[in-house]
Amino acid sequence: MFGVSIDNLLNLDQKYYQMDDYQSDIPRWCPGCGDNGILTATQRLLREEQIAPEKTVFVSGIGCSSRFPHYMNTYGFHSLHGRALPIAEGVKIRRPDLHVFVNMGDGDCFSIGAAHWIHALRYNMNMVAMVHDNNIYGLTKKQASPTTPKGLKSNTTPRGAVLEPLNPLVTTLAVSNVSFVANVVEWIPDLLFDVIKKAFHHKGFSFIRILQRCPHFTPHVFDPIMNEPDRLRLLTHDDGMVIPDAIKKIYKNVETHDPSNIHKAREYASDTETIPIGILFRDESVPTYDDIRKPTKPNTPSVINEALQREFDKFGIKPKND
Amino acid sequence: MHTTETPQSKTAPTGQNAKPTVIDEHIIEIVSDSGEGAQTAGQAFGTISARMGNGIWTVEIIPAEIEPPPRTSSGASGIRIRLGSNQITNMGNEADIIVAFNEQALLGREETGNLKKGATIILENRWKDHTNNVIREQYAEVMEHLLAEGYNVIEIPMEEETLKIVKNPRRGKNMFVLGMLSYIYSRDMELAREQIRFAFRKKGEKVIAPNLQLLEAGYNWAKNNLDFQYEITSPPISKPMVVTNGNVAIGMGIMASGMEVCAMYPITPATSASHYLSEVFENAGGMVHQAEDELAACAFAIGASYAGKCAVTITSGPGMALKTELLGLASMAEIPLVLVDVQRGGPSTGLPTKVEQGDLLSAMFNSPGDNPKVVLAPSTIEDCFYSMITARKIAETFRIPVLVLSDANLATGQQPYPRPEFKEEWVAPPYDQNPVPEGTIPYDWDEKTGLSKRIIPGQPGGLFRVTGLAHTRDGHVAYGAGVNQEGCDKRSLKIATFQKTLKTPRVYGPEEGDLLLVGWGSTRGAIEEAVDKARKEGLTVSSLHLKFLMPMASGIGEILKKFKKVITVEINFSDNPEREMITEENRRYSNLAWLLRARYLVDVDSFSNVHGQPLKPSAILEMTRRELKKLN
Repeated sequence: MFGVSIDNLLNLDQKYYQMDDYQSDIPRWCPGCGDNGILTATQRLLREEQIAPEKTVFVSGIGCSSRFPHYMNTYGFHSLHGRALPIAEGVKIRRPDLHVFVNMGDGDCFSIGAAHWIHALRYNMNMVAMVHDNNIYGLTKKQASPTTPKGLKSNTTPRGAVLEPLNPLVTTLAVSNVSFVANVVEWIPDLLFDVIKKAFHHKGFSFIRILQRCPHFTPHVFDPIMNEPDRLRLLTHDDGMVIPDAIKKIYKNVETHDPSNIHKAREYASDTETIPIGILFRDESVPTYDDIRKPTKPNTPSVINEALQREFDKFGIKPKND
Repeated sequence: MHTTETPQSKTAPTGQNAKPTVIDEHIIEIVSDSGEGAQTAGQAFGTISARMGNGIWTVEIIPAEIEPPPRTSSGASGIRIRLGSNQITNMGNEADIIVAFNEQALLGREETGNLKKGATIILENRWKDHTNNVIREQYAEVMEHLLAEGYNVIEIPMEEETLKIVKNPRRGKNMFVLGMLSYIYSRDMELAREQIRFAFRKKGEKVIAPNLQLLEAGYNWAKNNLDFQYEITSPPISKPMVVTNGNVAIGMGIMASGMEVCAMYPITPATSASHYLSEVFENAGGMVHQAEDELAACAFAIGASYAGKCAVTITSGPGMALKTELLGLASMAEIPLVLVDVQRGGPSTGLPTKVEQGDLLSAMFNSPGDNPKVVLAPSTIEDCFYSMITARKIAETFRIPVLVLSDANLATGQQPYPRPEFKEEWVAPPYDQNPVPEGTIPYDWDEKTGLSKRIIPGQPGGLFRVTGLAHTRDGHVAYGAGVNQEGCDKRSLKIATFQKTLKTPRVYGPEEGDLLLVGWGSTRGAIEEAVDKARKEGLTVSSLHLKFLMPMASGIGEILKKFKKVITVEINFSDNPEREMITEENRRYSNLAWLLRARYLVDVDSFSNVHGQPLKPSAILEMTRRELKKLN
């Protein structure tokens, strides 16, 4: 009427979500735990994107980090140790309308769930996976994890971890169909937020490894890179992470990296002296499994009946004179 | 009595084309090296016979390897087809006719007691004059043995005749055999031709034409050279039927149930159900996901179920062992799930291609802590179809994992059954996406039934967290003393509530007497056939077949108590009580016997073995006679 498109009318039912709307239980993580920062960054993302809580599912495994869904006022699935990814894939396969997030620890994803991690990359389903990597098993009280530095004393390695740690970035970048790989630290919240946001907007499986301090069991494990800011190599690009000027004042080792360059990404990932921070790799052209396997027909009684009749005909015997 | 005549094989009897002998039923086997197509020929023969109105049951004889060494008795690949005028419910006893592509494959069947005394053996003769003298000697040795045992051996130039039509006899001899059998059993050749066109429909006319020629060649050769022919008459078919094996029936049942996600990982003998579904499920809006491992397959199904319609995962025993932690999660978090276990021989990787019913106890008790689930077992091919519809309904109504135990016998056995008539109520309704009324909580357990309504992601106002940890009614992790007690109590109550809906199973035969045989799953046909025969001999034996194993219907205890002796008949392990070390205090019973003893306090005995073969009615009959002699 009067040339006003009805689409432009204000929808009064629509709610503007505040940070509080995404908060469920009060976190029971230890004071100083890096998981709190990841929670805040994630809630900020949902608020900024104004995502309906009921359209969001957080899936987790087992461990400190996996309590994450309990603190989000959305749908949540706190599952089994290592199994978060295949559960999340099942959630997503027939629910393109749901935003799926997966939160795992380093033991969860890189050890007991390692097979699922590799294959999740290959399926490339549209979801965001965050690994809270504190280099240790926390909830079970300090056992060496796949990313524990060699020499670190734990309850299972009282004379120091005996193996070289696994490099999850190198591993991830080696899997075919990989489409988004980022590395961040929880103690630079602006970068953490920016990367989670880019991951959310990426169509495909967004893998974010987040270095996260455990105040109880690995409070000093990241000291070398915290004390020497230049050991963090901040990767920036128009298609990658955006770095505020204030941060550049502290972290001076900034490089422009085009996330479409997988060879360069692998080179940065392999460097153990300087830790890459930002989006290492991104390729939107990789097909997603949820798209590839999208149903071509609805699963309605009439369609089912039609398919069944065809099958019954194929295997059927008719009465004579029929 | 003495005879000077040495036994002789018949090389080429002259065809007489007398009137066929009318018989009630016959068991036919075709055995070959792997890859020679015995199963294709046998399945086609079974289908043609079913289309003519015969009762049939087919069982595949499968080696564990893809192509085991040729000409070995352990590597034999083949099929058994039992045909009858009436319905056939099991694989029967010993074979009447066996067609063998080489004498070693044949020997494997003969040595394991699968041939009737005096059975007709139709044997490929190319080995007789083979250039390799080791083969010649082996052939001669076996032949001597067969003749001494009194078999009716007919040597036939199958390869020679096949080579007249195709270059590679490995890809053609089977259709020549199908032609021969079509003559021997007076099959309708038009149906046989139709069947060949159907079997090779994907390969095109180039493959269909020579196979049709081979069929005719086999038929004519038999007509011109054999002096016997049979006819198994049947009443004409009065209603539409379908002929499938159990795994195809499971696939069709999954489609019919309205489930839309099937997640699996390859494992014998379950995979053919997923193969079938992979081909056709998308036509019904469904999908098969091949996961990276068994755990992921189960997790994927649970994720899909949690966010939508109930999903299914298909596996066999070793796969179910891997899925146990996820079954525990589904039980704890009350997420509907259907798991199909096509059982094979165990323990460990055991006998991948052979039949066993060894997973009953592990299906019921496989997770740590108390994890109630429903366990049911189809007993016929038709039952495989309907069980999937039932399983989906139970899973969704009770928010519980439902385990369907099939086995290798049902998986590859073919049987005709009435064409199902589609009902809309089979199909899962669309999942609820309406706003959840304020105050609704995710585990709002009903005090009496333990039931609560499932909230599905996407529903406004329903936000909650699922966890495998002990949780309160609102889904919060809680370790308080009363919380876990209440959760376990309510989840267990659902089993009792479901049990109230079950009908008492009917006794096959009189409801009281001397001996009751109790079975479950695929052994039904063999047990009931044995009971029929025993009763004809005047023995007072009945049988009871259980479809629901967890929970069991009410009234079973009363039935057991009306018989002097109760024996379970199962294909799984139990101690032989006659061994020196075995006493009543240490004897380990077969799966169902343990359960019946514990539940009903009845002194139930076990008759079971783990030979990896379907039970023969004759073995059950013999045991029945023996046990009744002990009683009276």
